[in-house]
Amino acid sequence: MANDYCTPLDITQIEHNFAELDPAMSPAEAAVEASRCLYCYDAPCTHACPTHIDVPGFIKKIASGNVTGAARVIFDANPIGASCARVCPVEVLCEGSCVEKTLIKKPIEIGRLQRYATDFVMANGKQLFEKGTPNGRSVGVVGSGPAGLSCATYLARLGYDVTVYERKEKAGGLDTYGMAEYKMPQAVSLAEADQVKRLGVEFRLNCEIGRDVSFDGLRAAHDAVFLAVGLGATNRLNIPGEDLDGVIDALHFIETIKTRDWRSVPLGRTVAVIGAGNTAIDAVTQAKRLGADRVILIYRRTEKDAPAYDYEMELARKDGVEFMWQTSPVEILGSERVTGLRVADAAGLVTEIECDQVIKAIGQQKMASFFTDIAGVAADEKGRVVINENMQSSDPKIFAGGDCANGGAEAVDASQMGKHAAMGIHEALTGEKVEFAGAILRDPPKAPVDPNPH
Amino acid sequence: MADLTTNFAGIKSPNPFWLASAPPTNMGSMIERAFDAGWGGAVWKTLGEPITNVSSRLAGLDQGPTRLIGLNNIELITDRPLEVNLREMADCKRRYPNHAVIASLMVESKKEAWQEITKRTQDTGCDGFELNFGCPHGMSERGMGAAMGQVPEYTCMVTEWVKEVAEIPVIVKLTPNVTNIVPPGRAAQNGGADAVSLINTINSVMGVDIDTLVPYPNVNGMAAHGGYCGTAVKPIALNMVSELARDAEFNIPISGIGGINTWRDAVEFMLLGAGSVQVCTAVMHYGYRIVEDMIDGLNNYLDSKGIAAVGDIVGKSVNRVTDWGNLDLNYVVKAHVNEEKCVQCNLCYVACEDGAHQSFEFVESNGKRYPRVIEAECVGCNLCYLVCPSPGAITMERRDDGSNPETWRERTSGQ
Repeated sequence: MANDYCTPLDITQIEHNFAELDPAMSPAEAAVEASRCLYCYDAPCTHACPTHIDVPGFIKKIASGNVTGAARVIFDANPIGASCARVCPVEVLCEGSCVEKTLIKKPIEIGRLQRYATDFVMANGKQLFEKGTPNGRSVGVVGSGPAGLSCATYLARLGYDVTVYERKEKAGGLDTYGMAEYKMPQAVSLAEADQVKRLGVEFRLNCEIGRDVSFDGLRAAHDAVFLAVGLGATNRLNIPGEDLDGVIDALHFIETIKTRDWRSVPLGRTVAVIGAGNTAIDAVTQAKRLGADRVILIYRRTEKDAPAYDYEMELARKDGVEFMWQTSPVEILGSERVTGLRVADAAGLVTEIECDQVIKAIGQQKMASFFTDIAGVAADEKGRVVINENMQSSDPKIFAGGDCANGGAEAVDASQMGKHAAMGIHEALTGEKVEFAGAILRDPPKAPVDPNPH
Repeated sequence: MADLTTNFAGIKSPNPFWLASAPPTNMGSMIERAFDAGWGGAVWKTLGEPITNVSSRLAGLDQGPTRLIGLNNIELITDRPLEVNLREMADCKRRYPNHAVIASLMVESKKEAWQEITKRTQDTGCDGFELNFGCPHGMSERGMGAAMGQVPEYTCMVTEWVKEVAEIPVIVKLTPNVTNIVPPGRAAQNGGADAVSLINTINSVMGVDIDTLVPYPNVNGMAAHGGYCGTAVKPIALNMVSELARDAEFNIPISGIGGINTWRDAVEFMLLGAGSVQVCTAVMHYGYRIVEDMIDGLNNYLDSKGIAAVGDIVGKSVNRVTDWGNLDLNYVVKAHVNEEKCVQCNLCYVACEDGAHQSFEFVESNGKRYPRVIEAECVGCNLCYLVCPSPGAITMERRDDGSNPETWRERTSGQ
């Protein structure tokens, strides 16, 4: 490919374009924001958080100057609390349910406060949790994304000997490789994985099940196995020209950006992105920030049907992305390299778009064959591994969670599944029930009333 | 436009807003700037034998990021030569003949000393005196300030000394560092005082630096208790003002002091019996300019109520303060949650569970879970209403028929 098939911008400009969207809070800003929190009881934000972090609890601690305590509350319920502070769709979760949003349309900035607290302990290298007393049992965790890191953390805290198998060279899964760089630099996710390492968890990187380790060997080596393998390759468009130079899948595009080796990122001058999910948004915004002249988001259905969150769509709009709704790709044009895209509108009218890059963001394949053929556990008709409420698969020794089990959701959802898997594994192996912070939300108990007249 | 002019015990001012004797009234140029900003009167920083102050002198109480809901100080009376203050006072009075210039005085407890400073000071043409029997720190250790105000006999005696030679009204400034404010108030009246002012500052230690272990304010590693003032002391001041105002034997005017920030605060003091109000901490925080809204807000309030003159509101709430034993035991209110305004913070629920009478339960309604009052358990204490952040979401509603009021005094009088 030509040398100019990359960003035309100078590095200073790119670094500026990829600076974190939400700046870190200063201590003064955090103090003011934390003081706005009403300290709701049985709070809506805690209900809205999939890991049920005690949000008012940690914010009150920031307000009192107990920032370490705040971070402990966060990481106790969510081992990837620093990533989630940046990549969670807080607008539809904690902040979306904030009472201050209802009252004055200004929710507490929970995400940024969470980042403030978690940054504080990570910058100071504080160890908030200790490895439990070794209990002589071992668990293999396949995949080091949100679900894997969460499960490994809780198991290590219980005293398990945990080994995480990761096929990539760095730990963290999509938090490391799949998040828009302006939302979260890779260093945050890697630091979070380091926290797990410090609990004594062993990481085997560049280790793929079926290639470097056999699944049967893995199953035999551990008392239980947790599968957190995520999703597979990006779906194919199944149209002519799909294998031309200049056609790339969005996850690969984003992954190359994560290296921050900006000139190594393949980038055309006119970029067509197929799909309208949150990954498609990450692709269009970053293509634009890298300096593509035109970036066009193409989606077969209407704007209303687009799966991306509204605030993500708004970001793309602000970045100057163009949208073509109810438009389907028919053929990618070009002899060796992409020169255009033939699309059809809702009425079937076919037009051609001149472009030199096509990015596919139409969802990832499920790992059905991995489950059925390699792991030997049941998968459902959608290709998801079948699990019970303890995250246990059809093989009692094998548990699963995260995208591979729920079909693809937020990192915070995966983290909660990792937590439940650790609880499920512990119960299966020891018969003992444990409950980690935020595992289950219960209605507040009703206090007895005074039987005397009053 | 309502009439805001004030005649307080014979001291006239264009409005009832006076600066209290404190750093904002340290010298003539400051007071003249304050008058230019709109203040109706000023009580000069206490005159006396010039003292030496320490550094630092002030400490604050914050509520989260809200600074200075309370302030304390260990500054003493004026550190300027008496003749300088008197010269500036005379100049100031000459330039501002329609504003109230009041001289605060404090000298050692000798008749000659009090009478000499009284005579020298009234030669400036000032409009009145305020005897500082309230300063709780430093000066009290030397037998002055609160050491006077805490002993009614001394209060009466020194007031008599001053009244023997004073030709202008004499206000006695009372200390709140007493169990009961009525005896010192009556003592001032018995000594011939034309009015009292209260409260002076309250004994306080503002806090401790938990890193150095030295309380605030730090004076070379040591601290001393100081005088507490600002927003946080307002309820204490209102109580003491109203206790004197409703005392049948007390019948001289009251100048209200303590935590006044806005015209609203001023109205409250006046309703409970204050004929003028004095302000310090709010000015120390925000400057003289705050008086603009105090005047404007008071004007608009009086106009909206159809009240022609500010003097007409003085004491209008005094007869609404009584002893507990005179309250109606049969008056019943119960809390009520108005779901359409409820934001589900559940602070009412937890406050009642852990801080009151367990009178809340949760109910599902329209797919949301709301707190609801169990009326049989509710004692009508107001706590839920007070913690609720959403205006109108909790209302206290009358639940008796009003037909049979009965006080504790009435209930127990037949026994």
